[in-house]
Amino acid sequence: MSLLDYGPDAIIMAGLDGDNWRLKDYEKRRGYEALRKIIGDKIPPENVTNEVKKSALRGRGGAGFPAGLKWSFMPRQYAGPKYLVCNSDEGEPGTFKDRDILRYNPHILIEGMIIAGYAMGIAVGYNYIHGEIWTEYERFEEALEEARAAGYLGRNILGSEFCFELHAHHGFGAYICGEETALLESIEGKKGQPRYKPPFPASYGLYGKPTTVNNTETLAAVPYILREGGEAFLNMGRPNNGGTKIFSVSGHVERPGNYEVRLGTPFAKLLELAGGMRGGKKLKGVIPGGSSMPVLSADVMMQTDLDYDSIAKAGSMLGSGAVIVMDEDTCMVKAAERLAYFYFEESCGQCTPCREGTGWLYRVIHRIEHGQGRPEDLDLLLNLADNIQGRTICALGDAAAMPVRAFVKTYRSEFEYHIEHKRCMVNPGGYSSRNPGLELAAAE
Amino acid sequence: MLSEQSKSRIDRELSKYPVDQKQSAVMAALAIAQDEHGWLSDELMDEIAHYLGMPPIAVYEIATFYNMYNLKPTGSHKVTVCTNLPCALSGGVEAAEYLKSKLGVGFAETTADGKFTLKEGECMGACGDAPVLLVNNKRMCSFMSREKLDRLIEELSRK
Repeated sequence: MSLLDYGPDAIIMAGLDGDNWRLKDYEKRRGYEALRKIIGDKIPPENVTNEVKKSALRGRGGAGFPAGLKWSFMPRQYAGPKYLVCNSDEGEPGTFKDRDILRYNPHILIEGMIIAGYAMGIAVGYNYIHGEIWTEYERFEEALEEARAAGYLGRNILGSEFCFELHAHHGFGAYICGEETALLESIEGKKGQPRYKPPFPASYGLYGKPTTVNNTETLAAVPYILREGGEAFLNMGRPNNGGTKIFSVSGHVERPGNYEVRLGTPFAKLLELAGGMRGGKKLKGVIPGGSSMPVLSADVMMQTDLDYDSIAKAGSMLGSGAVIVMDEDTCMVKAAERLAYFYFEESCGQCTPCREGTGWLYRVIHRIEHGQGRPEDLDLLLNLADNIQGRTICALGDAAAMPVRAFVKTYRSEFEYHIEHKRCMVNPGGYSSRNPGLELAAAE
Repeated sequence: MLSEQSKSRIDRELSKYPVDQKQSAVMAALAIAQDEHGWLSDELMDEIAHYLGMPPIAVYEIATFYNMYNLKPTGSHKVTVCTNLPCALSGGVEAAEYLKSKLGVGFAETTADGKFTLKEGECMGACGDAPVLLVNNKRMCSFMSREKLDRLIEELSRK
């Protein structure tokens, strides 16, 4: 089989052909070498965490929090059980990278979790897998069996004192469970409703025990860091933005898909990797980090590099690395309407500003899109966003408010045109003037 | 109601969690019950509550909170199409509209012969493969052109 093309600088996704996911294949790619080294050389757990700190690995799920620092919050002397939880509940629209890790390279995640368990003195881990990806869940279970049989998981790993057991937990359709405390509630067999923080999971997590929650891609970066050194990883990216990052590119590009590039790579370069704009159309806007992040206009995006700090400077966030590309035919009111509907649908209902506010956001944008908007609606939308953002237990409220605010701000004239003329200035037919997806798929 | 086979699958899930945390297996137990019966009746949920030592209301809460559980009988093939923005940009909405006209049903409706239930889905985490749909929660189908939709419906109709 030919290799899957994730780009020339791939670390996590290097050497994969879609079929070589098994333990023996992973070992050929130097898999489990980092774990063997740590256990063989009896490297102190603190040194493992320090190496991750040195690498400037930041959380790949969305928040971008330094992973090594997060690990160091776990109480070392705690006598009872502690937990490691991997967040593979990938449901942020635009994001589809963790699925590829799970199906094409599951052992890199398993090794990363074992090392994380070693560093934090944790004996049990769970991987919470998105409900919609059943075959990936089954594959991960199969990979776990292989790792157990080979002595990488279980009691006295590789003949040492260290014990670590790892289980998969399958979600069943709730975006909110990607929020770490909702995810913990969900593993406990409850509705996925987020908890107040503090206390943070490091002091009160799964079953009330100290817990660290990391994203799949974050943990999958760990074996490389421990094998090649934190500095080598850091140098793949930029200061404070270590390593490579998998960007999921969707929307109006020729080759949608995952591309693993060095942090700091210009957006223009990523667009080129994805084959450029579909049908040679002009770029209109990009949501650079998953649907919760503010949309950026084409001229801003084309000048922006893809790392946490550069995208923040440009006015958005790197988030999960989901890059949603929209061409000149995209109606931005319709795009905003669909996202607003999503947050309305997925609000867990716990906090009033989010439960009620997301419905308001959706209904107001819906009436603008359908020619019934009122002149005061744009101010109403911004007012609603103000009354949701920062006023809820978790970030879903912010996630609903931020895109609306950015769409209205960046494409205000389009919203005004809709209100004034009761129709679309771009494309009365839909998201794009032709039906590119179906044509693309037919050609596939 | 639950077969011995389903119970042994639930027991395997239970072994993943601490012995005093049986409730952790409730999501899996409901999914397993749904695999066997197609949907979750009150009696089935009560049986799971009893099996896991949970109040029935706590089981209903789970079944109604997570959106992949079927709370009423569905067609033999539940087809869930993602229409979220990234998929919509690449034909997700057109794929859904095509299925509506082909099957003669709207979202959340079942065909008269009881074969198909069509559902609108939210992000399945496969946006690069749009249009994307899920059959009975488990089988993901990618790059669904009209031709591939025709083939899929034909294949499922024969089952």
